[in-house]
Formats: sequence, structure tokens, C-alpha cells
Amino acid sequence: MSEYIEHDSTGVSVGLVEKKAFTFAEPPEKLHLESEAILGPITVAYETCGTLNRNKSNAILICHALSGDAHVAGYYSEKDQKPGWWDIMVGPGKGIDTDKYFVVCTNILGSCMGTTGPCSYNPDTLEPFGLDFPVVTIGDMVEVQRALLDHLGIKKVLSIIGGSVGGMQVLEWSVRYPKRILSAVPLATTTRHSALAIAFNEVARQAIMADPNWNGGNYYAGSKPNTGLAVARMIGHITYLSDESMRLKFGRRLQDKHDFSFNFDADFQVESYLRYQGSKFVERFDANAFLYITKAADYFDLGKQHGSGSTIKAFSKANAKFLVVSFTSDWLYPTYQSRAMVKAMKKNDLDVSFCEIEAEWGHDAFLLPSERLTGMLRGFLDHVAAENE
Amino acid sequence: MSPQRMNNGAIRYDLTVIASWIEKGSRVLGLGCGEGDLLYHLKTGKQVRCTGIEINETRVSKCIERGLTVLQGDINEEIRDYPDNAFDYVILSQTLQQIYEPAELLQEILRIGKKGVVSFPNFSHWSIRLQLMLTGYAPITRQLPYEWHNTPNIRVITLKDFRKFAKDAGFRVLKEVAINTHNRDKSGNIIRYFPNLRATYGIFLIGKDGS
Repeated sequence: MSEYIEHDSTGVSVGLVEKKAFTFAEPPEKLHLESEAILGPITVAYETCGTLNRNKSNAILICHALSGDAHVAGYYSEKDQKPGWWDIMVGPGKGIDTDKYFVVCTNILGSCMGTTGPCSYNPDTLEPFGLDFPVVTIGDMVEVQRALLDHLGIKKVLSIIGGSVGGMQVLEWSVRYPKRILSAVPLATTTRHSALAIAFNEVARQAIMADPNWNGGNYYAGSKPNTGLAVARMIGHITYLSDESMRLKFGRRLQDKHDFSFNFDADFQVESYLRYQGSKFVERFDANAFLYITKAADYFDLGKQHGSGSTIKAFSKANAKFLVVSFTSDWLYPTYQSRAMVKAMKKNDLDVSFCEIEAEWGHDAFLLPSERLTGMLRGFLDHVAAENE
Repeated sequence: MSPQRMNNGAIRYDLTVIASWIEKGSRVLGLGCGEGDLLYHLKTGKQVRCTGIEINETRVSKCIERGLTVLQGDINEEIRDYPDNAFDYVILSQTLQQIYEPAELLQEILRIGKKGVVSFPNFSHWSIRLQLMLTGYAPITRQLPYEWHNTPNIRVITLKDFRKFAKDAGFRVLKEVAINTHNRDKSGNIIRYFPNLRATYGIFLIGKDGS
């Protein structure tokens, strides 16, 4: 997902929030991963907004996408320039209303924003893990989130909501722990990557691994593979936009010049934009974490993992009320993939609603202000809450 | 309770008639459900477990905001995913005249539903007959307010036609009501005499042959 973090134009905000951490899976109680590796201790970074009610029935778990973090809304300090990544949706009176609900967002396993990942210290060597970090899956990420909910004493969440790779976590939750969720909202996501999505991820990974600074993943003591990571991010950004949005946003306009430079500087605005996005990304993200998370997304296959190859069989384990949303110009996770999951849910007699939102901004649309998405989420959550009072 | 008495002005008259046929607590699928007026009425008033299918994004989102379960899609496609007898009633309200393959769709309705409810504007209403006879132009009415070139209503159906169609296509008409109401009216009345001439809409409850 892109850096679309915006101030809410209404100025309404959940206010100051705190980055918290919880550590579990202390040896010998290490977490068994799907790869059969074991990992522990594990620290999970998280943020909460709103108030958990007395019977702990108003919790909503929000799952972030590839490059996101636990900072979903509000500000860490009054000096912060930017709020959390979904501040337009999460806050008092917003689509996910923190006056009513207790919102929990965790940084995913394998990331680099406070939760244990390849850049964390390996307790055995006292060095950063690098590639000694085990390959993790979407299922492993869900296990970490479950451990945090256990710690918070939340037996059942009102809803679990997420877009893109966050949507994969939502789907995984729905079949792995059906009794622990009342409703699920997978946005702009898929039950498994297409060859196209895997191909883009692979090119992005190759860009990182081809950077001499990457050094087999062992770079924490020296120069980082910033060039590789920036190129990886540039590729990602292309997939998050669309032909239409790039035409509108950039066209063939030149950047700060009237004619071609006849060298290899950034002539076009689109080049300049991608370079800027790439250079900004390396300031905050770890290249190895990018490798691990994209791999987890590529491995994700709900039907294979939970239904012996059949998505229909996988969803037979689910019983949440679903709201599935796709966006017309999303070519990374196109509508046909959402329709396929809806079909599998219908065949299992699940309570599922589906809406394809007309949007020109490609895959990123799920992060941009949308009255339609806001209205649907608000109504959907209100009714789930009312029906379970 | 008669439909007239049931109508508290909340929903359209024809939908009130349909609602009066649906038993409490049943499972209902609404094809082309619009903004979900009927489904909302059934859900809140009769504890009906309902699902809607609607192609228009704005209407779908309205339904979801109201807490209804609705899928955006083409009814001819979406209906195929459901198992046999998944619903007690499948409702096709004021949409039959826009269906390309009506026989196929009604067959699907009676596969996934135990019963079907079908309503449509009656093309043999006296005002339509009169317009055609006196003016020579294709009739335009409040129920069918389009010109020949911009109408989504690709079929013209009369009450008599539908009864004959039922016989030909092999399903049974279990109940029928002819009503006189206008497009968005919340009031109306049931026509008992000469319905094919006097009713603006027909509403049919249909079942599988032998049911």
C-alpha cells in the first residue's frame, strides 16, 4: 500500500495514541510456525483506540497491508506531522467509530515496525536475524494476533477488517478461528495470488537481492541495500495504481523542465514520483522484512491450506458474517478474485455481502477517502453490533 | 390480515402485497432488490432471513448501510451459485419485463427456491390498449414510462400471457393478485373483476409442477 496517510479533512481524530508491545512465546514455549520452525520470544507491537466495554464485546481487529504498521489512527505525539495510516476511517464518528468500538491493530510478524522480524535480534546470536529468521506465513501472523487478543482477554471480536495483505489475514482468521470472530471484512484482496501478483513480487525481491549491499541479508552492520529496496518499492507503486490513475496523475508530463534532458535523469513526472516514493520508503522499511512479507503473501492459498485445494471446502469452516469489497481499477487483486471468494462463501450458505466500488485509483483505492466505503462499513458494523447485543 | 390494512405507508403497495404472502422467519432471496425496501421490511417486521442481489453499486451500498445482506451482480449469474431449495421464497419484483431469458430464470428461481414470487406491469391495461389504438404510438405509462428506443423493458407481458407461460414452461401458479397502483405509490387496491383489463400490475406466487 502507498503512503496515503492523510490528515482527516474534518480535523476529527482519535487523538494521542500509544505504541504498545507484548512479548510472548518465551522459551521453551516457542511458537510453532507453519514451516515447522519454532520462534520465540516474539514481541508484537500494537495500538488500541477507543474503550473496551465491560463484557469485551466491542473489539475490532484491523490488519494492515504489506508495508503498514500498528499505527492505524491518531498521533503518537502532538508534534507528529502525520496520523496513523487509516486515520480517515478510524476515529470518533468515523466509519470505524472509536466512540463505539475498541480498535486493535498489530504490526505483522516478519515486519520491521516493532514486531519480531528479520531485523530483530536473534536471542541465540545477539545479532539481527537476517536470513536466519524463519520464513513466516499469513497463518503465523494470525497466530501472533491471536496471542495478543488472548493477552487482552478478548475472546471474540466484533469484526476483523483489512485490505490487501491485511485482507488475507482477515480470510485466514475466518477459517482458522471462526468462533472468535462475528464478522469479517476483506477489502481489495484475494484467497491466493495470481501469477501476475507473484511475478511483480519476485521482480521486487530480485531488485533487493541484486543490490550488492544486501549481502545475503546480512547488512545490518553496514550500508543497507537502499537502491534495491527503492526499486522494489517503485515496482510496488506501479501495481498499486492503474493505467487510468497514472494517466490522470502524470500523463506524459515532464518534471521541472520543458524538454527532454537527453540523459538518464528523471524526465517524466512519473519517473520522479516513483524515485521519490522509493527513496522515502527506504527511510522507514527494512529490505529483509519486504522479502519475508511478500513471500508470505505469495505462499498464501486459503483453499490449499484449509480445503485440500478447494476454496469452497476452506470456507466450510467459516461462519462469520462477511462484507467483501473490491475496486473496479484494482489490477493487482481484480474483482474476479473477490467474486470467486464470494461464490465459495455462497456455496457454504454464509451470510455474505459484496460491493464493487467504482474507483479510478487502482489497488490503493481502499486507503483513499471514500464515502461509499465509509458508509458501508459504518452500517455493516452497526448492524453486526445490534444483532449480537 | 389484508394487505390494505397491513400497509402503514412504509413501502410501496405492490411490495406490501408481496410481504403479506411471506411467512415469518422464512428465507428469502430478492432478485433486483433495489435499495432493499421490501427486504428491510421483511427482515425487521417478519424476522425473515433475507439476501438481495442488485447490479447497481449505489443501491447495493445503500442496502449494506441498512444492514441488509446484498450481493452486487447480475441476477442471471448470481442465482446459479445457490444449492437447490436454498430459499423458501425467491422474489422477482417488477423485473421480469427486463429479463432476456425468462424461462431459464424462472426455472432457476424454482430450483433454488421452494416458491417464487413474480410481479410485472400488466401490458393489457385498458389505458395501454387505448393509447395504441387512438394515437398509434407505442404506449407510455406511469408503469412503463419509456419510449421504445430507451426502455430497459424489453418484454411486454399481460396477466393472461403469464398464466399461459406458466402452463407452457411447466410451473404452477399457486396464487395471483391483480392490483391497481402506480409506480411509486404506497396505496392501491386489488382488482377482482376483469383484472387483465383493469390492473396495472400482476403479482403471482409460483411453485414447481406437482407442488
